[in-house]
Amino acid sequence: MLTAIAIAVDGLGFAAWLFLSSVGLTLIYGVMRILNIAHGGFYALGAYASAWGIGLYMQTGNPVGFAFLIIPVMALIAGVVAGLAIERGVLRFMYGRDEVLMVLVTYAMFLILEDVTKLIWGTDSYVAWQPAYALGTIDIAGIPYTGYKFLIIGVAMLCGGLLYWGLTHTRVGKLLLVVIEDREVSMALGINVTKFFTITFLIGATLGALGGALTAPEISVVPGIGAEIIVMAFAVIVIGGMGSIPGAIIGALIVGFARAASVHIYPPAELFSIYLVMAAVLAVKPYGLFALAEGRKI
Amino acid sequence: MTQFDRTELTLFAALPVLVLLSVLLPSWIVNYIQVSLGTGMVALGVMIQMRAGLVSFGQGLYFCIGGYAAGLAGKYFGITDLFALLGLGVVVALVTSVALGFLLRRYREIFYAMLSLAVSMILYGLLSSTEELGSTDGFNLPVPTYLFFAPEGETARLTLFAITATIVILSAVVLNRLLRSSLGLVNEAIRENELRVEYLGTSAHMAVHMTYVVAAVVSSMGGVLWALALGHVDPEMTNWTTSGSFVFIVILAGTGSIIAPLIGTFLLEILRVYAVELSPNTWQMILGSVMLLTIIFLPKGLWSLVQKTSPRKRFDPDTGDAVAKGV
Repeated sequence: MLTAIAIAVDGLGFAAWLFLSSVGLTLIYGVMRILNIAHGGFYALGAYASAWGIGLYMQTGNPVGFAFLIIPVMALIAGVVAGLAIERGVLRFMYGRDEVLMVLVTYAMFLILEDVTKLIWGTDSYVAWQPAYALGTIDIAGIPYTGYKFLIIGVAMLCGGLLYWGLTHTRVGKLLLVVIEDREVSMALGINVTKFFTITFLIGATLGALGGALTAPEISVVPGIGAEIIVMAFAVIVIGGMGSIPGAIIGALIVGFARAASVHIYPPAELFSIYLVMAAVLAVKPYGLFALAEGRKI
Repeated sequence: MTQFDRTELTLFAALPVLVLLSVLLPSWIVNYIQVSLGTGMVALGVMIQMRAGLVSFGQGLYFCIGGYAAGLAGKYFGITDLFALLGLGVVVALVTSVALGFLLRRYREIFYAMLSLAVSMILYGLLSSTEELGSTDGFNLPVPTYLFFAPEGETARLTLFAITATIVILSAVVLNRLLRSSLGLVNEAIRENELRVEYLGTSAHMAVHMTYVVAAVVSSMGGVLWALALGHVDPEMTNWTTSGSFVFIVILAGTGSIIAPLIGTFLLEILRVYAVELSPNTWQMILGSVMLLTIIFLPKGLWSLVQKTSPRKRFDPDTGDAVAKGV
């Protein structure tokens, strides 16, 4: 019973973190048909920026409360700057190209971002534990959990809710759904698809950076975290069906609970349980749980 | 069918040159050649799949299977015979790829890339958390023997090089034949339009499955040879970033000829050595920029500079919009 509760809470924590880190990826794929490997780079940039920002702020000796503000601000700066540079600088010249080619292009961008991160912040590790520590712990069935974990769960729910509201209740969001449904028809209807591409890419990049920025206080930020997160984010969105936001939620929950279960029942399986679940889902539903039907070219 | 085409003649001519160089050149360069011959085999595996329009972002899986099969056989059974180790690596890769092929042959394009990546990451996770196998540190391999021949010192180094070079060259010749065989041609047709291939009465699934298995076998051989050259294996062999570097090589070198990825691997290996030495923190940036420039300006890779431009250019989805130019 204790294990079940632990799996439930940890699973929810993992799922929230995975959702935040992968929803931007699925959004970008849904709208732009670009499987953006550089998403891992956004995540790493966000993590470094936030850890570095919090570190600088804490040195001033001011109260820790404002450190929580640094996280979203740094994520926004990192996401918008890197997102704009990549979308305006490279991707916009390649729209309409083959999907596989775009994977390779974003892979190249990922490699470049990795080194940009190293050039800005060096190869040392950064720790910014203060915000996570400040929230203390919460006991559930006698097991102490960091309050920060629940903050991440809250932020993930908030982001999911905002995205849902934005997509279904605002003009931009509704048009975006139309673009996801059929790019060519929406272009014919007079929607400026290229403008939506830029908006989407910036939102996606910022979400990726936010995932990293929120994680920074819980981990030690080192080179290579971008390469780790991107494969997990792939698993999440592939399980849910690429391009589907409800799919990202379900995918994050499945992967989160699978990982939590393996951590508590059989720890060595932690890393590969994720991909095992993914392979199992794909064996039954080849294009994920919420995949959009697509016609084949003849 | 004893006619050799130019590629094969070049390959056969390269073998004595390579062996001669191994005696003449300083040993550190020979080492790089040997290591890149091993990884070059994996690049060949990626290349033959790319001919069918399939990008494998998980070819490191079979690279690693080969390396670990050889390593485990040496560690637990004391097998040091190179041919036995090679055979073992091939058998394990064969069995794995035939089984996984049933899953992967259903996918194309980015799904193929992602799923092959996921499968390779399963092995990565498995090996990284197995302490008996040294977790992320890996373990060492024994010095190989050859049937009843167990050389030492300098002779051992040169023998291993000569055998490696021979195996790689022979495999390249076989693969070259494969590209010209009906399977190779069906693969190119699949890249163009899979549905039409099916209408014409050929099973695209079967062709993809066979290509996947061949690529796996070649890559595992590369893994065995690479592991023996370095004397060490670790899970990094199957990390997706390793697989990504194989894709990089094929993009850079192009899929025009079997020789291209082999040369590309060596050039990259040398470039890496100097770049890491001179500026370790910008190495990946250089890689990424080169890759981007290649995709934009040389969609058929560096080999297209070597190759005579053929009058009939075809639609080529994996290299983007070389489409229709000159049709």
